[in-house]
Amino acid sequence: MAGQGSGAGTGDGAGPPAPERVLFPPTFSVSEIKNKQRRHFMFLRWKQQQRKEKLALKKKRRKEREALGDKAPPKAVPKTIENQRVYDETTVDPNDEEVAFDEATDEFAPYFNRQTVPKILITTSDRPRGRTVRFCEQLATVIPNSHVYYRRGLALKRIIPQCIARDFTDLIVINEDRKIPNGLVLSHLPDGPTAHFRMSSVRLRKEIKRKGKEPTEHVPEVILNNFTTRLGHSIGRMFAALFPHDPQFIGRQVATFHNQRDYIFFRFHRYIFKSEKKVGIQELGPRFTLKLRSLQKGTFDSKYGEYEWIHKRREMDTSRRRFHL
Amino acid sequence: KMAAPTRLCHVWVGAETGALKGGGGPGGVLGGSEGSGGALRGDPGRFRGSSVGPGGAFGGPGVLVGALDRSVSVFSTEKGKFTGGRLCPGGDGAFCGLGVSVVTAVESGLVRVWGEQEAEEVSEGPLQELQAGPGLCRMRQDPARPHVVATGGKENGLKVWDLQQPQEPLFRSKNVRNDWLDLRVPVWDRDLQFLPGSQRIVTCTGHGQVRLYDPSSPQRRPVLDATFGEAPLTALALPAGDSSVVVGSARGDVAVIDLRKGRVLRALKGFAGGVRGLQCHPHLPLVASVGLDRFLRLHGLDGRLRHKVYLKSRLTCLLLNSQLDWEVRPPPQEPPPQKEVKDEEGDELWDALESIPTPRKDQGGTPNPPQARGDPKSPSGPGVSPGSPGG
Repeated sequence: MAGQGSGAGTGDGAGPPAPERVLFPPTFSVSEIKNKQRRHFMFLRWKQQQRKEKLALKKKRRKEREALGDKAPPKAVPKTIENQRVYDETTVDPNDEEVAFDEATDEFAPYFNRQTVPKILITTSDRPRGRTVRFCEQLATVIPNSHVYYRRGLALKRIIPQCIARDFTDLIVINEDRKIPNGLVLSHLPDGPTAHFRMSSVRLRKEIKRKGKEPTEHVPEVILNNFTTRLGHSIGRMFAALFPHDPQFIGRQVATFHNQRDYIFFRFHRYIFKSEKKVGIQELGPRFTLKLRSLQKGTFDSKYGEYEWIHKRREMDTSRRRFHL
Repeated sequence: KMAAPTRLCHVWVGAETGALKGGGGPGGVLGGSEGSGGALRGDPGRFRGSSVGPGGAFGGPGVLVGALDRSVSVFSTEKGKFTGGRLCPGGDGAFCGLGVSVVTAVESGLVRVWGEQEAEEVSEGPLQELQAGPGLCRMRQDPARPHVVATGGKENGLKVWDLQQPQEPLFRSKNVRNDWLDLRVPVWDRDLQFLPGSQRIVTCTGHGQVRLYDPSSPQRRPVLDATFGEAPLTALALPAGDSSVVVGSARGDVAVIDLRKGRVLRALKGFAGGVRGLQCHPHLPLVASVGLDRFLRLHGLDGRLRHKVYLKSRLTCLLLNSQLDWEVRPPPQEPPPQKEVKDEEGDELWDALESIPTPRKDQGGTPNPPQARGDPKSPSGPGVSPGSPGG
């Protein structure tokens, strides 16, 4: 019964070209045809018809719009996932004084009160391969006042008291797997939170196209984009605490942490103002993408630590339009 | 779906910023997406960290709040503000337990009993003190016998003390046998509770074990030793009925464990961070939980999440009010004076809150006066949601 409705020859594979208007009886369904070639052919015909109808509809709408002229309704804004994002109740209101008090008394307060100067220790997991080593060196040029040390199989829980004794404020551990860096543990030192990220899309300097020269020693500016929720605020402050407070604008360098859909993109650029409104940028330095896996309250302690936030995929990733940062 | 609005009548939550927050109120119905409870606190700069216990000291019922600066204040639930308090010095570290007729315990192991009168001078010493050993994590008072306290900590096993005999504990627990590698099992009692109706004590440890001790039996080792997960268990609560316990871990895994066999009956989902406080309602099958992810959650013991309230700071402790009936069906629109509860309860000897008055009373000192969310009655009491930020 299927296949009779079209009336065209469906016996051979090529088939005659589809007529302008194909009549499908209402009960016809392409999937009922057992023969694959015929089914494929019918499906293609159906698809072409759908496309034609859609095009006709568009044309009609455009004509109507032109006919209305000024009175035409404004164009509808297309829906994107960022538009449709589920409102997160932990979004920080800038006037919220409780959050302000919380932030004034948390672990980053000494940094934001300019009582401490950031001093970063960058290390890797044990026995890093060349790519990770080069990445760490480049990261050290990007972050001022940072030192790279070889791991030598030492336990992090032993490194941390030594770092605190030597006045380090942050510890970055780049985890490596199969010769590429794939994880980042960022721990604020005296007793501060530890964030564990998954790192992806790491591009070293030589892999970046159209890059500029080496970054200079000037302190870069920091841009933190789109950290709206309370958790995002905490992470944003962690990143901000890596860089010294006063950027040197002479250097014209800027480090950007851009959060979109829970992925944090790091870029390092040099900018130059060509005129009042036009800026040219040159990408220097490494680039990578981070995704937060967990935020732990004290310093690194994977066994007995208390977590402020853990990403639980099955519970938290139920909606495509819900983001946490 | 038609929500059965469980009216959250007054849950008191202590936050890390030192704020004491009250959730809910007879006038406001906490439905699906409610905002935060109103923050009731005296002076934002004063406290840092708090632990909450049932009040009744320093005149008048209320909630005892202990802060990191070692002051214990009473928040009077009738007047809606902090009344009285005193500094409880001695020992090192933060409070790890507060009890009625003010018993305080600090992390260095010093347990002190302070008088009920509000001390005018700080130099007035404690009435009684005992040394429970260093590394203390928790001290709790037996609700049936207020002179009996139990303490537990890191490498400091469970001990039950009588406050009148501070030299020797009534019961000193013994560690379990060496494990299969013949190594000593480390001890770290994080939280403990007295089981009502008997002398038994249930403990949860930092190594993921739940243990049941029976001081009335000659066995000093735990009667039951069950393991749940790998993460430290940080909070413990007893639901109504005698045979199960709700535990929460530092990673946000909360489960109901059967005490007869040591098996997990039910897991409660939805936590993003470590759980710091858990408490079950005495009659209804509800458990309230509070944690580092800044949310107060109310679960039914069947596992369903009833309510979730965002409270903006990391939360450390929680206390429920059981005097009011938590009605499950929506109440008829009565004017609030009909909901007034009797206030004459004095010292409650177990972890229940004293009575809470109507929220219409003027709650002085609220920094952000909460506005009702589309509710025409618009009570100005605590806990009615201020709505989404920025209005």
